[in-house]
Amino acid sequence: MNYKVNDQGFYGDFGGAFIPEMLYHNLNELKENYLQIIESDEFQKEFKGLLKEYVGRPTPLYFAKRLSEKYNTNVFLKREDLNHTGAHKINNTIGQILLAKRMNKKRIIAETGAGQHGVATATVCALMNLECIIYMGEIDIKRQAPNVARMKMLGAEVRPATSGSKTLKDATNEAIRDWISNPETTYYLIGSVVGPHPYPDMVARFQSIISKEMKAQLIEKTGRDYPDKVIACVGGGSNAAGAFYHYMDNEKVELIAVEADGLGIETDKTAATTQVGTEGIIHGSKTLLMQNSEGQITEPHSISAGLDYPGVGPLHAHLFKSGRGTFIGATDKEALTAAYQITKLEGIIPALESSHALAALEKIEFSSTENIVINLSGRGDKDMETYIKEMDNE
Amino acid sequence: MSRIELTFKNKKNILNVYLTAGYPNFNDTVEIVKELAKNGVDMVEIGMPFSDPLADGPTIQNSSQTAIKNGINLELIFNQIEEIRNTVDIPILLMGYYNQVLQYGADLFFEKAKSVGVDGFIIPDLPLDIYQKEYLQKVESLGLDMIFLITPQTTNERIKLIDSKSSGFLYVVSSFAITGSKSDIQQSQIDYFKHINNIGLKNPKLIGFGISDKKTFDTACQHAEGAIIGSAFIKSLEGSKNIKQTVKEFITTVL
Repeated sequence: MNYKVNDQGFYGDFGGAFIPEMLYHNLNELKENYLQIIESDEFQKEFKGLLKEYVGRPTPLYFAKRLSEKYNTNVFLKREDLNHTGAHKINNTIGQILLAKRMNKKRIIAETGAGQHGVATATVCALMNLECIIYMGEIDIKRQAPNVARMKMLGAEVRPATSGSKTLKDATNEAIRDWISNPETTYYLIGSVVGPHPYPDMVARFQSIISKEMKAQLIEKTGRDYPDKVIACVGGGSNAAGAFYHYMDNEKVELIAVEADGLGIETDKTAATTQVGTEGIIHGSKTLLMQNSEGQITEPHSISAGLDYPGVGPLHAHLFKSGRGTFIGATDKEALTAAYQITKLEGIIPALESSHALAALEKIEFSSTENIVINLSGRGDKDMETYIKEMDNE
Repeated sequence: MSRIELTFKNKKNILNVYLTAGYPNFNDTVEIVKELAKNGVDMVEIGMPFSDPLADGPTIQNSSQTAIKNGINLELIFNQIEEIRNTVDIPILLMGYYNQVLQYGADLFFEKAKSVGVDGFIIPDLPLDIYQKEYLQKVESLGLDMIFLITPQTTNERIKLIDSKSSGFLYVVSSFAITGSKSDIQQSQIDYFKHINNIGLKNPKLIGFGISDKKTFDTACQHAEGAIIGSAFIKSLEGSKNIKQTVKEFITTVL
């Protein structure tokens, strides 16, 4: 089985570019150029240089001693939360901004849900002195005020998406509309492994640094370059794509994707796309998505804004359908409990998104000799308001 | 000869008007189409409301949301078209997004559309290569037309390819825009229309996006076989107390 994208832009049955003609030229331009540019020595040198000096990579692979004792196994945390701007998102924005510059684009647009990708985009735009417009759902603007302030301080314009559910899905629609209206000057910097080809592949490549580093770090710590399990949360799926990337062809590694069950998959307040979704088209990609029988895309729910998305990247839909990936879910409550646990055991306050991955330890089976890597995709600063509300219950 | 072909053969300065099915009220679709036909509109494009219409601006998007809330769905749209066909003979196109077609079942969708009297389709996010591989034969065998868009960024080579795979007419997107962008037609757009005319295409052309009134319609007609009005018409329906009157007044200002 092949888990990489084919030359038509598909992962098995999923992917492709289902876009109006107005975007054909832009996507074609990107498709024709992205591999050549990002594989060039000159690009790689600048990309790696910035990841090291500016982002602070490599991020540690930390052996979580007390967490391991509690579960009687070996848990390693890949510390993406220690990246500049506080999450893995910056790996991708650094890569895409360097690509945009080489394509002579002067204006950068992006969508954001929790604001992490928006902040990471505004950051690299400040760094490269490029105009930056971030689309964000009106509701998310209200619930993620600190990140909105960060984006503004970094010089970005934050435009509210006022249509539909006024969240990430609608911010993405607005960004696509902006791109349709400004195809020549503008680069659309997508934040996850979603959207039309070549975005899912491009974003996965930029995030693949996560599993590349893991391999070297695991050799040093365990004597072999792969773990028994890699666990990551999945909304669109960019941190999971990065954490799985170099292990997809190694069948000895179990790839565990944790979706946001929200209030539970038996309710309609969930974002567990592979569990409740069906095949269809969202944001230019054929994948699994949450929709009704008439093909109207439905509103997801998760306590974590970064997982509050009704689709999943086509790579993950393929990993799910082919059986290569194990897909499980964690509810809002289970994620909160996991967040409090790791804070108390390891002194690390995780992002709510990453807390879903941590919650998997309660749900999967493992032996005491196994090595498990959990991708700690982001830090919890942005979620303090939610955590404070929960404090009385803990 | 299909209804669309006949229309292009027999008429000049074709006015194609877009409406969102089930908007402003669930049952208005039938009456609006009847009135459009009565007032001299040559062709109608019935929008199948979708939750996430990527190529559309706020006007059509809002009308779609309202229509979905009103309870419209594909099955009901087919029923409405069946009723329209009792009295209306102008070509009817269905416009919508690929996900809706997929969920209905594409083959079933095309067959059902044919049976109620639909003449063609505009599905902006259905890629040309997928259409060619999976649906072209079906659509052609049913005698239906599939209309594709071309834009100022579409290369000559691709325009020719699109022209060869589509039938009915080519939908010429007038500028870099989503639907409902309003301004006068600029010289650069006219140069683009002239350029298209010089390529030598088999299909006639209708210009859309940014056509909102008599002035822009007349200009478009100088450079193509006609034009499509969408958002401006939808806007006129907003809060209308008398649909018949509103349709009549709007079309009178254009024709």
